[in-house]
Amino acid sequence: MGRTLATGNNVAGHTLALAGEANRNARGCCAGAYPITPQTEIIEFLSGFDFNKGRVVLVESEHSAMGVCIGAALAGARTFTASSSNGLAYMTENIFAAGYYRLPTVMIAVNRTLGPPWNIWVDQGDSLMMRDAAWLQFYCDSHQDLADTILLAFRVAEDKRVMLPVIVAMDGFITSHTQMVVDMFTQEQVDTFLPPCVIPHRLKHEHPSTFGGMTFSNETEHHRFAIQASMEQALMVLEEARDEFENVFGRRPAGALEAFDTGDADTIVIACNTMARTLHTVITERRAKGEKIGMIRTKLFRPFPRKELLAAIGKASKVAVLDRNHSPGSGGIFWLEIAATLKERPDVLLQDYLVGLGGGDVTPENIHAIIDDMNQRTTASEPEWKDTST
Amino acid sequence: MSTTTPGKPYESHLLRPGNTNCAGCGMSIGLQWLDEALGDEKPVLAIPSCCGIVTAGAFPTSGYGVPTAATTFASSPAVATGISAVSAMNDIDNPVICWAGDGGTYDIGLATLSAAAERNEDIIYICYDNEIYGNTGGQRSGATPVGAVTSTTPAGKGERKKDIMAIMAAHRIPYAATLSIGHREDFLRKVRYARSVKGFRFLLMLSPCPTGWKSEPDQSTELIEIAVRSGLFPLYEIFDGCRYRINQRPDSTSIEPYLKQQRRFSQVWNNTDALQAFIDAQWQYLDGMATVFPAKDR
Repeated sequence: MGRTLATGNNVAGHTLALAGEANRNARGCCAGAYPITPQTEIIEFLSGFDFNKGRVVLVESEHSAMGVCIGAALAGARTFTASSSNGLAYMTENIFAAGYYRLPTVMIAVNRTLGPPWNIWVDQGDSLMMRDAAWLQFYCDSHQDLADTILLAFRVAEDKRVMLPVIVAMDGFITSHTQMVVDMFTQEQVDTFLPPCVIPHRLKHEHPSTFGGMTFSNETEHHRFAIQASMEQALMVLEEARDEFENVFGRRPAGALEAFDTGDADTIVIACNTMARTLHTVITERRAKGEKIGMIRTKLFRPFPRKELLAAIGKASKVAVLDRNHSPGSGGIFWLEIAATLKERPDVLLQDYLVGLGGGDVTPENIHAIIDDMNQRTTASEPEWKDTST
Repeated sequence: MSTTTPGKPYESHLLRPGNTNCAGCGMSIGLQWLDEALGDEKPVLAIPSCCGIVTAGAFPTSGYGVPTAATTFASSPAVATGISAVSAMNDIDNPVICWAGDGGTYDIGLATLSAAAERNEDIIYICYDNEIYGNTGGQRSGATPVGAVTSTTPAGKGERKKDIMAIMAAHRIPYAATLSIGHREDFLRKVRYARSVKGFRFLLMLSPCPTGWKSEPDQSTELIEIAVRSGLFPLYEIFDGCRYRINQRPDSTSIEPYLKQQRRFSQVWNNTDALQAFIDAQWQYLDGMATVFPAKDR
């Protein structure tokens, strides 16, 4: 398809469809689909795609959308879906089931604030709610990152060393409904990059067994431990997938995280999704004025790349986290992960900023103000609430 | 109770010996007759969280001799849809069967069931209806009959049982029928007919639960025979949701022995008016439908 101008939803729909179609010589593909703003265009795109060996089942709820994916994956097909906000909340039971069944479904989460009160704008609280489900989670900062990550997601999810589902998240409206220039894949490229989907534990008449039946604590512990072990393999599998991606497409998508100007930085600011791109312009500006500041874009949230993050933080003495999500009674969810990661670096001043909740427009001025606050700090405080209204 | 299916070697039974069903559970007969009706055909089962999945026993053993997906409570028709879709695109013709209790059918799974029926998915859905949440110790469900004592209706349920057959008929699915574990030929014929039809098929089986019904395990078959003959559980078929055939009309059998053999009905032993009113209304409706919209003679 080549270089084109497309919305995030269009990029996601197109890439999911090509990935599904790429399995036409194996057991085919299947999606359960249900609309919710702002992801609806994705399932509309999928519904209009002419699969050679695939079906999009138009179900009555998100819960059943994931149910269909579970059934189709148990039957050995490549599966995918998309949802947002309260749709993800409604789907939750089957999201956990898909992870525990170890089915390599890929789901696009178009981040939207959970209601009530009803708010359609971006907030990462919806997909972060699935923190403890056995799913990998990627957060994308651009249309190209989204396209590339979806393909990587299938490759990593379906790798037998991982065999776990993956959420690929993007910002509602900011990414889903705006257009950017993006290199879209062709079917031939995707056919080359994605091997056939093989689910070793699919339902088989040769080995009749009850899948997902009762276990006691011993087997359950082994099951959870095996999932943890696979999560720990996922980073290596991701690196291999990036290598292969580079061989096929000639560019290398971001991996677990991206670091800019961190080498000699005293202060590092961490953010994800499109907020990280705004942050990048601010960091570039301040660097030009000689400030020793850098940034990290967290892309992979599960498994959380602790080692990579510690290495990227390096010798910095201050770390600020921008969280567009809120865990009531605690703080930002990325902050919690980063605090756990920095347990062996008690010298680092770690400060959380809750900013852009409910889709507040986080401008460069907002981020400058946060960095000014950070620069005059000698101690950390409880998470700071930063207003984005002007 | 026998745990063999005529004409099948032990290892290929749909319901294997060693399953964890209680003595007198209606599922034991239902699953064996299902197996017998399907003959050499091997189904795939989708079973939600219910006694039917406890039947399988604990990992790594399985009480089912066919591949079985243990789904979340409300999801068996959605999971079966996914399995059936992938079967179809791979030219696999094994029937996909949902085996679900009344909780998963009448209550929590109703929206999922309705949607799969509306899409006319190629699924056989069998509800083994024991009229309670049996797996959790016998709580009221939408299938519990009026007057029955459950652990959450200690004074007897005040409301009537939901008419799930009418709900399914309203979806205009190709086939819906009731199954009795007291009427073997009728049972086998209906399952075989269901298998011969494409699309969504719904079968409702009244399934004794001696634990919850407070009945004797060796009375299960007899109880269902009385339920049919007294008119409480009519045997009938609905074709395309709009053509009715009654298989057996009530005779002069009284409902009384059915009630007296189950202590869950102790609150209504001396006053069967509400239950009799339910039976009368049920037959008025069924007779009306079968008269106005009769199924063609076979």
